[in-house]
Amino acid sequence: MLLNQFLLLSAVLFAIGVYGVIVRRNGVLVLMSIELILNSVNINFVAFSTYWGASGQVFALFAIAIAAAEVGVGLAIVLLIYRNRRSIDVDELDELKG
Amino acid sequence: MTGVLAQAAGASATTFDVPANVVFAVTAVAMVAAALRMVTTRNIVHAALWLVVVLGGVGLNYLLLQAEFVAITQFLVYLGAIVVLFLFGIMLTRAPLGVSDDLDNERQRPIGAFVGLGLLAVFAYALLETFGGEELTFAAYENVAEGNTNGRTQVVSDAIFGQYLVPFEMVSVLLLAALIGAIVLARRD
Repeated sequence: MLLNQFLLLSAVLFAIGVYGVIVRRNGVLVLMSIELILNSVNINFVAFSTYWGASGQVFALFAIAIAAAEVGVGLAIVLLIYRNRRSIDVDELDELKG
Repeated sequence: MTGVLAQAAGASATTFDVPANVVFAVTAVAMVAAALRMVTTRNIVHAALWLVVVLGGVGLNYLLLQAEFVAITQFLVYLGAIVVLFLFGIMLTRAPLGVSDDLDNERQRPIGAFVGLGLLAVFAYALLETFGGEELTFAAYENVAEGNTNGRTQVVSDAIFGQYLVPFEMVSVLLLAALIGAIVLARRD
Protein backbone atom coordinates (compact mmCIF):
# COMPACT_ATOMS: atom_id res chain seq x y z
CA MET A 1 0.00 0.00 0.00
CA LEU A 2 1.15 3.50 -0.73
CA LEU A 3 1.13 6.21 1.88
CA ASN A 4 -0.41 8.59 -0.62
CA GLN A 5 -3.59 6.58 -1.20
CA PHE A 6 -4.66 7.22 2.39
CA LEU A 7 -3.55 10.85 2.33
CA LEU A 8 -5.40 11.54 -0.94
CA LEU A 9 -8.56 9.82 0.34
CA SER A 10 -8.45 12.01 3.41
CA ALA A 11 -7.87 15.11 1.25
CA VAL A 12 -10.99 14.24 -0.78
CA LEU A 13 -13.06 13.75 2.37
CA PHE A 14 -11.72 17.03 3.80
CA ALA A 15 -12.70 18.94 0.65
CA ILE A 16 -16.19 17.39 0.66
CA GLY A 17 -16.56 18.34 4.34
CA VAL A 18 -15.56 21.95 3.62
CA TYR A 19 -18.10 22.05 0.79
CA GLY A 20 -20.76 20.79 3.21
CA VAL A 21 -19.90 23.39 5.85
CA ILE A 22 -20.16 26.20 3.28
CA VAL A 23 -23.29 25.08 1.45
CA ARG A 24 -25.52 23.56 4.14
CA ARG A 25 -27.96 25.79 6.02
CA ASN A 26 -29.24 23.33 8.62
CA GLY A 27 -27.14 23.51 11.81
CA VAL A 28 -27.12 19.74 12.36
CA LEU A 29 -25.89 19.13 8.81
CA VAL A 30 -23.07 21.66 9.33
CA LEU A 31 -21.99 19.71 12.43
CA MET A 32 -22.06 16.47 10.40
CA SER A 33 -19.78 18.04 7.78
CA ILE A 34 -17.39 19.09 10.57
CA GLU A 35 -17.30 15.44 11.70
CA LEU A 36 -16.29 14.50 8.15
CA ILE A 37 -13.38 16.98 8.31
CA LEU A 38 -12.23 15.69 11.73
CA ASN A 39 -12.32 12.09 10.47
CA SER A 40 -10.24 12.92 7.43
CA VAL A 41 -7.60 14.43 9.72
CA ASN A 42 -7.63 11.25 11.82
CA ILE A 43 -6.88 9.12 8.76
CA ASN A 44 -3.75 11.23 8.24
CA PHE A 45 -2.69 10.80 11.87
CA VAL A 46 -3.05 7.01 11.73
CA ALA A 47 -1.37 6.74 8.31
CA PHE A 48 1.68 8.64 9.56
CA SER A 49 1.74 6.63 12.79
CA THR A 50 2.88 3.61 10.75
CA TYR A 51 6.13 5.52 10.16
CA TRP A 52 6.83 7.32 13.38
CA GLY A 53 5.36 5.26 16.16
CA ALA A 54 2.23 5.28 18.25
CA SER A 55 2.00 9.06 18.75
CA GLY A 56 -0.20 9.42 15.67
CA GLN A 57 -2.66 6.85 16.98
CA VAL A 58 -2.71 8.59 20.38
CA PHE A 59 -3.50 11.90 18.71
CA ALA A 60 -6.24 10.22 16.66
CA LEU A 61 -7.77 8.94 19.91
CA PHE A 62 -7.56 12.44 21.42
CA ALA A 63 -9.21 13.85 18.30
CA ILE A 64 -12.03 11.30 18.59
CA ALA A 65 -12.60 12.22 22.26
CA ILE A 66 -12.56 15.95 21.52
CA ALA A 67 -14.90 15.44 18.54
CA ALA A 68 -17.34 13.70 20.88
CA ALA A 69 -17.19 16.66 23.28
CA GLU A 70 -17.58 19.07 20.38
CA VAL A 71 -20.67 17.30 19.07
CA GLY A 72 -22.24 17.26 22.53
CA VAL A 73 -21.77 20.99 23.09
CA GLY A 74 -22.53 21.82 19.43
CA LEU A 75 -25.84 19.97 19.48
CA ALA A 76 -26.75 21.65 22.77
CA ILE A 77 -26.09 25.05 21.14
CA VAL A 78 -28.14 24.08 18.06
CA LEU A 79 -30.96 22.96 20.36
CA LEU A 80 -30.83 26.29 22.19
CA ILE A 81 -30.94 28.19 18.88
CA TYR A 82 -33.95 26.13 17.85
CA ARG A 83 -35.69 26.85 21.15
CA ASN A 84 -35.11 30.59 20.83
CA ARG A 85 -35.84 31.04 17.13
CA ARG A 86 -37.90 28.01 16.03
CA SER A 87 -35.38 27.43 13.25
CA ILE A 88 -31.79 26.15 12.97
CA ASP A 89 -31.01 27.88 9.69
CA VAL A 90 -27.45 29.11 10.24
CA ASP A 91 -27.85 31.74 7.50
CA GLU A 92 -30.50 33.53 9.57
CA LEU A 93 -28.08 34.03 12.46
CA ASP A 94 -26.70 37.31 11.11
CA GLU A 95 -27.03 39.68 14.08
CA LEU A 96 -23.30 40.39 13.92
CA LYS A 97 -23.76 41.92 10.47
CA GLY A 98 -23.80 45.71 10.72
CA MET B 1 2.52 -10.95 -14.66
CA THR B 2 3.08 -14.11 -12.58
CA GLY B 3 6.28 -12.52 -11.32
CA VAL B 4 4.33 -9.56 -10.04
CA LEU B 5 1.76 -11.87 -8.45
CA ALA B 6 4.46 -13.99 -6.82
CA GLN B 7 6.13 -10.85 -5.57
CA ALA B 8 2.82 -9.66 -4.17
CA ALA B 9 2.25 -13.06 -2.54
CA GLY B 10 5.72 -12.90 -1.02
CA ALA B 11 5.06 -9.45 0.33
CA SER B 12 1.66 -10.56 1.60
CA ALA B 13 3.29 -12.44 4.46
CA THR B 14 3.90 -9.18 6.28
CA THR B 15 1.68 -6.54 4.66
CA PHE B 16 -0.88 -8.62 2.62
CA ASP B 17 -0.72 -6.03 -0.10
CA VAL B 18 -3.15 -7.16 -2.80
CA PRO B 19 -6.22 -7.94 -0.65
CA ALA B 20 -5.55 -4.82 1.39
CA ASN B 21 -5.48 -2.71 -1.76
CA VAL B 22 -8.75 -4.27 -2.96
CA VAL B 23 -10.39 -3.53 0.39
CA PHE B 24 -8.99 -0.02 0.29
CA ALA B 25 -10.32 0.60 -3.23
CA VAL B 26 -13.81 -0.64 -2.34
CA THR B 27 -14.02 1.34 0.91
CA ALA B 28 -12.52 4.47 -0.66
CA VAL B 29 -15.07 4.51 -3.50
CA ALA B 30 -17.91 3.82 -1.07
CA MET B 31 -16.73 6.51 1.33
CA VAL B 32 -16.32 9.21 -1.31
CA ALA B 33 -19.71 8.38 -2.84
CA ALA B 34 -21.38 8.35 0.59
CA ALA B 35 -19.69 11.63 1.58
CA LEU B 36 -20.87 13.28 -1.64
CA ARG B 37 -24.40 12.02 -1.03
CA MET B 38 -24.18 13.25 2.56
CA VAL B 39 -23.48 16.85 1.55
CA THR B 40 -25.96 16.88 -1.35
CA THR B 41 -28.97 14.83 -0.20
CA ARG B 42 -32.23 16.67 0.45
CA ASN B 43 -33.33 14.28 3.20
CA ILE B 44 -31.71 15.08 6.53
CA VAL B 45 -32.12 11.59 8.01
CA HIS B 46 -30.52 10.08 4.92
CA ALA B 47 -27.57 12.45 5.46
CA ALA B 48 -27.06 10.96 8.93
CA LEU B 49 -27.22 7.43 7.49
CA TRP B 50 -24.70 8.27 4.74
CA LEU B 51 -22.47 9.60 7.52
CA VAL B 52 -22.60 6.10 9.06
CA VAL B 53 -21.16 4.65 5.81
CA VAL B 54 -18.32 7.18 5.79
CA LEU B 55 -17.46 6.64 9.47
CA GLY B 56 -17.53 2.85 9.06
CA GLY B 57 -15.22 3.15 6.04
CA VAL B 58 -12.82 5.27 8.09
CA GLY B 59 -12.81 2.51 10.72
CA LEU B 60 -11.99 -0.09 8.06
CA ASN B 61 -9.12 2.12 6.89
CA TYR B 62 -7.75 2.15 10.45
CA LEU B 63 -7.83 -1.66 10.34
CA LEU B 64 -5.89 -1.59 7.05
CA LEU B 65 -3.32 0.65 8.73
CA GLN B 66 -3.06 -1.95 11.55
CA ALA B 67 -4.42 0.46 14.16
CA GLU B 68 -6.88 -1.96 15.74
CA PHE B 69 -7.54 -0.01 18.92
CA VAL B 70 -8.30 3.22 17.07
CA ALA B 71 -10.61 1.27 14.74
CA ILE B 72 -12.59 -0.22 17.62
CA THR B 73 -12.79 3.20 19.28
CA GLN B 74 -14.02 4.64 15.99
CA PHE B 75 -16.78 2.03 15.74
CA LEU B 76 -17.84 2.43 19.37
CA VAL B 77 -17.66 6.20 19.71
CA TYR B 78 -18.70 7.35 16.25
CA LEU B 79 -21.11 4.67 15.07
CA GLY B 80 -22.39 3.90 18.55
CA ALA B 81 -22.65 7.32 20.13
CA ILE B 82 -22.17 10.28 17.81
CA VAL B 83 -24.54 9.11 15.05
CA VAL B 84 -27.25 8.46 17.66
CA LEU B 85 -26.59 11.95 19.04
CA PHE B 86 -27.05 13.39 15.54
CA LEU B 87 -30.32 11.52 15.10
CA PHE B 88 -31.45 12.90 18.48
CA GLY B 89 -30.52 16.39 17.30
CA ILE B 90 -32.50 15.93 14.09
CA MET B 91 -35.57 14.73 15.98
CA LEU B 92 -35.38 17.38 18.73
CA THR B 93 -35.11 20.28 16.28
CA ARG B 94 -38.16 18.91 14.43
CA ALA B 95 -36.32 18.88 11.12
CA PRO B 96 -38.42 18.00 8.08
CA LEU B 97 -38.23 14.22 7.97
CA GLY B 98 -39.03 13.86 4.28
CA VAL B 99 -37.44 15.55 1.28
CA SER B 100 -36.94 19.23 1.91
CA ASP B 101 -35.63 21.95 -0.38
CA ASP B 102 -34.27 24.44 2.11
CA LEU B 103 -31.33 22.42 3.47
CA ASP B 104 -28.89 24.08 1.08
CA ASN B 105 -28.04 27.70 0.41
CA GLU B 106 -28.19 27.78 -3.39
CA ARG B 107 -26.26 31.04 -3.65
CA GLN B 108 -23.25 29.56 -1.83
CA ARG B 109 -23.12 26.38 -3.92
CA PRO B 110 -20.61 27.78 -6.49
CA ILE B 111 -18.47 29.23 -3.69
CA GLY B 112 -18.48 25.90 -1.85
CA ALA B 113 -17.59 23.96 -5.00
CA PHE B 114 -14.81 26.44 -5.79
CA VAL B 115 -13.30 26.31 -2.29
CA GLY B 116 -13.63 22.52 -2.07
CA LEU B 117 -12.08 21.84 -5.47
CA GLY B 118 -9.38 24.45 -4.88
CA LEU B 119 -8.42 22.89 -1.56
CA LEU B 120 -8.43 19.44 -3.14
CA ALA B 121 -6.17 20.61 -5.97
CA VAL B 122 -3.69 22.20 -3.56
CA PHE B 123 -3.68 19.16 -1.25
CA ALA B 124 -3.30 16.70 -4.13
CA TYR B 125 -0.43 18.67 -5.65
CA ALA B 126 1.37 19.00 -2.32
CA LEU B 127 0.89 15.32 -1.42
CA LEU B 128 1.96 13.99 -4.81
CA GLU B 129 5.00 16.26 -4.81
CA THR B 130 6.01 15.34 -1.26
CA PHE B 131 5.21 11.65 -0.90
CA GLY B 132 5.17 10.51 -4.55
CA GLY B 133 5.11 6.70 -4.59
CA GLU B 134 6.27 6.13 -1.03
CA GLU B 135 5.33 2.67 0.29
CA LEU B 136 3.84 2.11 3.72
CA THR B 137 6.54 0.23 5.63
CA PHE B 138 4.90 -0.14 9.06
CA ALA B 139 8.41 0.63 10.34
CA ALA B 140 7.04 1.79 13.66
CA TYR B 141 5.84 -1.72 14.50
CA GLU B 142 9.03 -3.62 13.71
CA ASN B 143 10.03 -3.91 17.35
CA VAL B 144 6.77 -5.61 18.34
CA ALA B 145 7.50 -9.12 19.60
CA GLU B 146 6.72 -12.04 17.28
CA GLY B 147 3.43 -13.80 18.00
CA ASN B 148 2.24 -10.96 20.19
CA THR B 149 -1.06 -10.24 18.44
CA ASN B 150 -1.88 -7.24 20.60
CA GLY B 151 1.58 -5.73 20.23
CA ARG B 152 0.44 -2.57 18.48
CA THR B 153 -2.25 -1.87 21.01
CA GLN B 154 0.42 -2.37 23.67
CA VAL B 155 2.59 0.25 21.98
CA VAL B 156 -0.36 2.67 21.88
CA SER B 157 -1.25 2.11 25.53
CA ASP B 158 2.40 2.57 26.53
CA ALA B 159 2.36 5.92 24.71
CA ILE B 160 -0.96 7.05 26.24
CA PHE B 161 -0.05 6.16 29.82
CA GLY B 162 3.60 7.19 29.52
CA GLN B 163 4.52 9.99 27.21
CA TYR B 164 0.98 11.40 26.88
CA LEU B 165 -0.32 10.87 30.42
CA VAL B 166 -0.91 14.56 31.18
CA PRO B 167 -2.75 15.29 27.88
CA PHE B 168 -4.83 12.14 28.52
CA GLU B 169 -5.90 13.46 31.92
CA MET B 170 -6.61 16.84 30.33
CA VAL B 171 -8.92 15.12 27.86
CA SER B 172 -10.92 13.62 30.73
CA VAL B 173 -11.25 17.07 32.32
CA LEU B 174 -12.32 18.44 28.93
CA LEU B 175 -14.98 15.73 28.56
CA LEU B 176 -16.30 16.56 32.03
CA ALA B 177 -16.42 20.26 31.15
CA ALA B 178 -18.21 19.47 27.88
CA LEU B 179 -20.71 17.27 29.73
CA ILE B 180 -21.51 20.01 32.25
CA GLY B 181 -21.59 22.63 29.50
CA ALA B 182 -24.03 20.62 27.39
CA ILE B 183 -26.33 20.12 30.40
CA VAL B 184 -26.20 23.83 31.33
CA LEU B 185 -26.90 24.87 27.73
CA ALA B 186 -29.73 22.44 27.02
CA ARG B 187 -31.70 22.44 30.27
CA ARG B 188 -34.92 24.38 30.47
CA ASP B 189 -35.53 26.77 33.31
